[in-house]
Amino acid sequence: MNQLIIILAFTFGSFHAGNAQKYFTKTGYISFYSDTPIEKIAGHNKSSSCVFDLSSGKLEFASLIKGFQFEKALMQEHFNENYMESTKFPKATFKGQIENYKPIDVTHNGKINVKVSGQLTIHGITKNISTEGVITVNNSKLNTYAEFNVLVADYGISIPSLVKDQIAKTVKVKVDASLDVIK
Amino acid sequence: MKNQIYLLFLSIFLSFGLHAQEDDLLSLLGEEEEVTEYTNASFKTNRVINLHSLESTAGGVLDFKIGHRFGTLNGGFYELFGLDNASIRLGFDYGLSDRLTIGIGRSGFQKTYDGFVKYKLLRQSTGKRKMPVTVGILLTSALQTLDWANPDRENHFSSRMYYTGQLIIGRKLSESLSLQLSPTMVHRNLIATNAEKNDVFALGVAGRIKLSKRIALNAEYIYLLPDQVASEITNSLSVGFDIETGGHVFQLHLTNSTSMIEKGFIAETTNTWSDGGIHFGFNVSRVFTIKKKKLG
Repeated sequence: MNQLIIILAFTFGSFHAGNAQKYFTKTGYISFYSDTPIEKIAGHNKSSSCVFDLSSGKLEFASLIKGFQFEKALMQEHFNENYMESTKFPKATFKGQIENYKPIDVTHNGKINVKVSGQLTIHGITKNISTEGVITVNNSKLNTYAEFNVLVADYGISIPSLVKDQIAKTVKVKVDASLDVIK
Repeated sequence: MKNQIYLLFLSIFLSFGLHAQEDDLLSLLGEEEEVTEYTNASFKTNRVINLHSLESTAGGVLDFKIGHRFGTLNGGFYELFGLDNASIRLGFDYGLSDRLTIGIGRSGFQKTYDGFVKYKLLRQSTGKRKMPVTVGILLTSALQTLDWANPDRENHFSSRMYYTGQLIIGRKLSESLSLQLSPTMVHRNLIATNAEKNDVFALGVAGRIKLSKRIALNAEYIYLLPDQVASEITNSLSVGFDIETGGHVFQLHLTNSTSMIEKGFIAETTNTWSDGGIHFGFNVSRVFTIKKKKLG
């Protein structure tokens, strides 16, 4: 009987561990910037998903490619049609882990500099990346912010020679997501 | 003892199952909400060749059009296969919204001014709201300003006017293939003989096949219903390529129509492919974003 209780407690305990505090958003803001002297291109996605596991320091992002908005309609069309092939590859994802993670105390407001590494998948191609970021605790809410560079060619996106001066070979990506606890 | 081992396995299994879930954190968010995704880029630009395509100019975007048709290939070497002659239409299309486009133009051929309004009634979409086709309506008018053929008789301004109503029903069937039907009525205020009809009904069929990301093959054919126009009038057939280069779309084609506006290429085409009455021509489309979307 005792053993049964122990086993149940163990199971129950792990159940709790599995559902330990996780933070999420479905309205994360991910943007990218391609700057050349000839043309500045920026895409903005304000409906990216993010889940952060407070106990393990794992975090994951996902953005629908078609959710990126551009100033110019034609840029958006070409982005989807010619470069990202968003019908074939509808999502970009990142699955990562904060390095040397110590669980964040969400009861204290403040900024924590972190280093995150993981796998970034764009255009069907997965690469390991790592970047510095900042997690801000504000009244038991978390904000994640990071900026990093992506080499367009790494993800099998070819830039035709005709527009090679208009599109940067390295694109800056900004991530800015405010997370709430999953209830 | 057996039971205990069983339970131990069960508990380990359960906790494994729960830990496995952690590998995919995003799955915790559950199924994503479905959004309506409008199909885009069915055609490279808002014209197939002469016909309006089911695409319209995006809101806030100005599309400058240069249409150019050389003479016919059967002009032979004397006319350098048509290159000695050229007919031009200059036009501006502007997207008032993503669904409503207006445009004006001037053709050298018959010294004609034209204007149009085009509205997307239905937009092909998937996701939350599913719509199998795009349906657009196009209304055009044309003002021909040639000197009167018979200046001695009483001439009315209204005789210079032509109107067209057209439905555009189309679908992007796959990434590379789009097809559309364009049932059309052209109204001419003045006609040459009693044998012709003021109202001419026609059915346009058009499609494109993408050959690469930036090159597409387009074709269009317009069938005139019988007994409406003079006997020398033929059906319009055009075949060409779209080549997209950033802000430009170049359309290079062969067509038996001289005119680049509806009343002309639908109801006044006189050349035939079979005897070499084919014009080489091109359209150049250059877009300018006038009103940028507010973002970021």
